[in-house]
Amino acid sequence: MSTTFDLDGQPVPFQPGDTVIAAATRAGHTIPHLCWDPRLGPSGACRLCTVEVNGRPAAACTTRALAGLRVACQTEPLQQRRRQLLQMMFVEGNHFCPSCEKSGGCALQSAAYAAGMTGPQWEEFYPQRAVDASHPALWLDTNRCILCKLCVRASTELDGKGVFAIGGHGIHTHLIVHSPSGRLADSAIAATDEAAQICPVGAILPKRRGFAVPIGERPQDTP
Amino acid sequence: MSRPRIATVSLAGCFGCHMSLLDIDERLFALAELVEFDRSPLTDLKEVGPCDIGLIEGGLCNAENVEVLRDFRRQCRVLVAVGACAINGGLPAQRNGRDIGRLMAEVYHARPGLAEGSGIPNDPELPLPLARVHPIHEVVHIDHFLPGCPPSADAIWACLTALLDGRDPALPRPLIRYD
Repeated sequence: MSTTFDLDGQPVPFQPGDTVIAAATRAGHTIPHLCWDPRLGPSGACRLCTVEVNGRPAAACTTRALAGLRVACQTEPLQQRRRQLLQMMFVEGNHFCPSCEKSGGCALQSAAYAAGMTGPQWEEFYPQRAVDASHPALWLDTNRCILCKLCVRASTELDGKGVFAIGGHGIHTHLIVHSPSGRLADSAIAATDEAAQICPVGAILPKRRGFAVPIGERPQDTP
Repeated sequence: MSRPRIATVSLAGCFGCHMSLLDIDERLFALAELVEFDRSPLTDLKEVGPCDIGLIEGGLCNAENVEVLRDFRRQCRVLVAVGACAINGGLPAQRNGRDIGRLMAEVYHARPGLAEGSGIPNDPELPLPLARVHPIHEVVHIDHFLPGCPPSADAIWACLTALLDGRDPALPRPLIRYD
């Protein structure tokens, strides 16, 4: 028996246990998101996948698909809300794209392009957390971290190493490394780990490899 | 009827956004027909007068930047933040984690190769640096943001022509870039 819900006027089939975003993505639809990955459990951190479910806002990554749900994704109010969320993420960190090695391949940046974000409307926080360059193959700049927790979940759920965690409260919440010294070099992480590669922004990067792809050929470049 | 007036300025900028403006190439002739340039690094006017459009490149790094920005806000009907620096401080804002006094001392006093007796310039003629670099919207109201480091010539042209036509200068997706 096939069951469907309605996404912007189109029927989307789903399997029992599916979230709205999982079923929609499998059916070829795009719901903007930053902290969701089909291989990992949901996080509900970024709020970018917020849609209207039966008229009320809900995160598509934590909402179970049900037969007959009416889901709206591409509406102007939701687009406006996404722009605001993205502006918040930008002012919270030091997102100086002009010198970031992830520019052109960054999910935060491309989500902001897609939402038509041009400038911020809030004051910059300019966080000043120290870069961790202790690891031989990786480096960590948490001033660019958006707390999506993809690395935390990949490290526990896929790699089984539990290298990352989230520490602090409120605006002081930040990514921490699970090692006696708190440094990446003293953790179990390897450059080949999923946790080392899953970062959607420029927070966790490989060393000695940057600006390797010509402008115009980067994953998020438009023709 | 008099032509619309445009003023431009570089605050804590690198003049790269102005170079990108010049990158509109022969469309500069069309622009010269359409508008009159007020204070700008490309003209000789020392003070900004009443204008329709002000293009601001660069963030705020010193006291003079703030004074000039306020002059522009007073005189320009529409103010556009052009480029990454004006929008979020840009790469110069990477100094924000450091103490400005120590930075000045490192460059003008403690740097190897300086002449004997070199020190931090202290003539009142020189504008004092701010403790931190700021985007311009933190000091005055900004009407439009034109992102990029620099924005492409096509983005600048699209923004200018829209403003001159009295349209909203909303950029299409391919013209929005932050890098």
